[in-house]
Amino acid sequence: MSVSAPPATLPRLLTGMTSSGAMTLDHHFEIHGALPALARRRRDSALALVNELERSGLRGRGGAAFPTAVKVTAVAAARGRAVVVANGCEGEPASHKDRLLLERLPHLVIDGALLVAHAVDAGEVVIAVDEQATRAARATDKALRERSDLSRGAPRVRLVTVPSGYVSGQEAAIVNFLNGGPAKPTGGPTPIFERGVKGRPTLMNNVETLAHVALIARHGAAWFRALGAYGEPGSTLVTLGGAVAQPGVFEIEMGASIASLVDAAGGPTAQLRAFMVGGYAGTWVPADIGYQLPLSPDELREFGASLGAGIVFALPSTACPVAELAFVARWLSGQSAGQCGPCVYGLEAIAAALEQVRVGVGGEGTLAQIRRWAALASGRGACAHPDGVARFITSGTEVFAEELVDHAHRGPCAGCVQRHLLPTPVAPTAQRAT
Amino acid sequence: MTSRLRVNWIACEAHGMCAELLPERITLDDWGYPIIDERPIPPELEAHARRAADACPTLALALAAERARRR
Repeated sequence: MSVSAPPATLPRLLTGMTSSGAMTLDHHFEIHGALPALARRRRDSALALVNELERSGLRGRGGAAFPTAVKVTAVAAARGRAVVVANGCEGEPASHKDRLLLERLPHLVIDGALLVAHAVDAGEVVIAVDEQATRAARATDKALRERSDLSRGAPRVRLVTVPSGYVSGQEAAIVNFLNGGPAKPTGGPTPIFERGVKGRPTLMNNVETLAHVALIARHGAAWFRALGAYGEPGSTLVTLGGAVAQPGVFEIEMGASIASLVDAAGGPTAQLRAFMVGGYAGTWVPADIGYQLPLSPDELREFGASLGAGIVFALPSTACPVAELAFVARWLSGQSAGQCGPCVYGLEAIAAALEQVRVGVGGEGTLAQIRRWAALASGRGACAHPDGVARFITSGTEVFAEELVDHAHRGPCAGCVQRHLLPTPVAPTAQRAT
Repeated sequence: MTSRLRVNWIACEAHGMCAELLPERITLDDWGYPIIDERPIPPELEAHARRAADACPTLALALAAERARRR
């Protein structure tokens, strides 16, 4: 595509981002160049874009790491006028990259959405944002009103705010919500690329994925591949939290080690006990092993881990991992959509048992129960929420076996009294009617 | 063509009839929800599996032909 590709350095997506406020459309075009002209013969330019995406090896950045070109091709081939959904709901409490993109760099996401909409000949584009991410929604709305290119035969683009919740950012939950139902993952038997929003073929991409599309369309697949490895090319956004000097969102080369990420954040602020990788459906890794881990989906899979939506959390040795696990398990249990028995009762049982272990009631038998319930929860629901919780808890019981046994026998430790470090969404202050 | 048991977890209300009718492949968890043996149903169990699926009061259990499975 473009012949004058910028050098293969970082940042890419985050180029020109300021510490507050959204980048204007003029500034955006100044930095990245105009959107490539979409040929009058739609099929030709659509095919060219899909080919470029395929060559780029781009995979989804929402957690599943599914090849983007395959998704686009499936929707393009499905019968009926397609709908594109840019998923910016970001239900993982430890992730901030999607709302960062929408808040500061909304035009990258809009570009990407328009490009894939062109590729699948969509008649409608929906940008889905968590209803509590008000800054992201406002910035996106403002950005949409800056775009004069949305008037000339472009698909209708609308911003939709989706109820907050850990599972409501799931593809099936958003489709359900856009179809007038609750934001719950009530997946039907038909995949959404055939029948999704309004029964139409639906292409849903994470907003970061779309931001990458915006740059691949401008600079080409070879440019994208100049960073990362063959199977895992490009850059990726990672939210690093916990005991580091400057927690936040970082753009890294795919496959960079956790050690280099922690360095980029100014180093650890305490001795680290473990890393949580991939969010609350992810895994725990002891700190010494974790530092060496390369952040890429394939390489993490070998460790039984996953990058998820690009989340790393550094847990310091001063924190009590048992208290952290118990706290998150309780929160995740409350985030169940309440549709499936094994999830409703299983997660509740796990959360209650973890709290029992923490306070020293029930002994090691309770620990064994937790592992058994976690194993049972997996694969027995309409969505993968119980599977994710099971993975998170099971790896936690392995990595923190010593601390758990200690609590089971002796009860709360000194670290238990601290405020927990792992985040859950802060509920907005209730508006009092006067 | 083999078949496997599939549960619609949203529909399942833990009546437990399936485990009564097909104990070879279905047990119940601590709350009465089925734990399904995922292996294909052999011909000698096919009729029992069909009966278990038909007996489910909420039609949550299905005997699905292997090739009809989706990922």
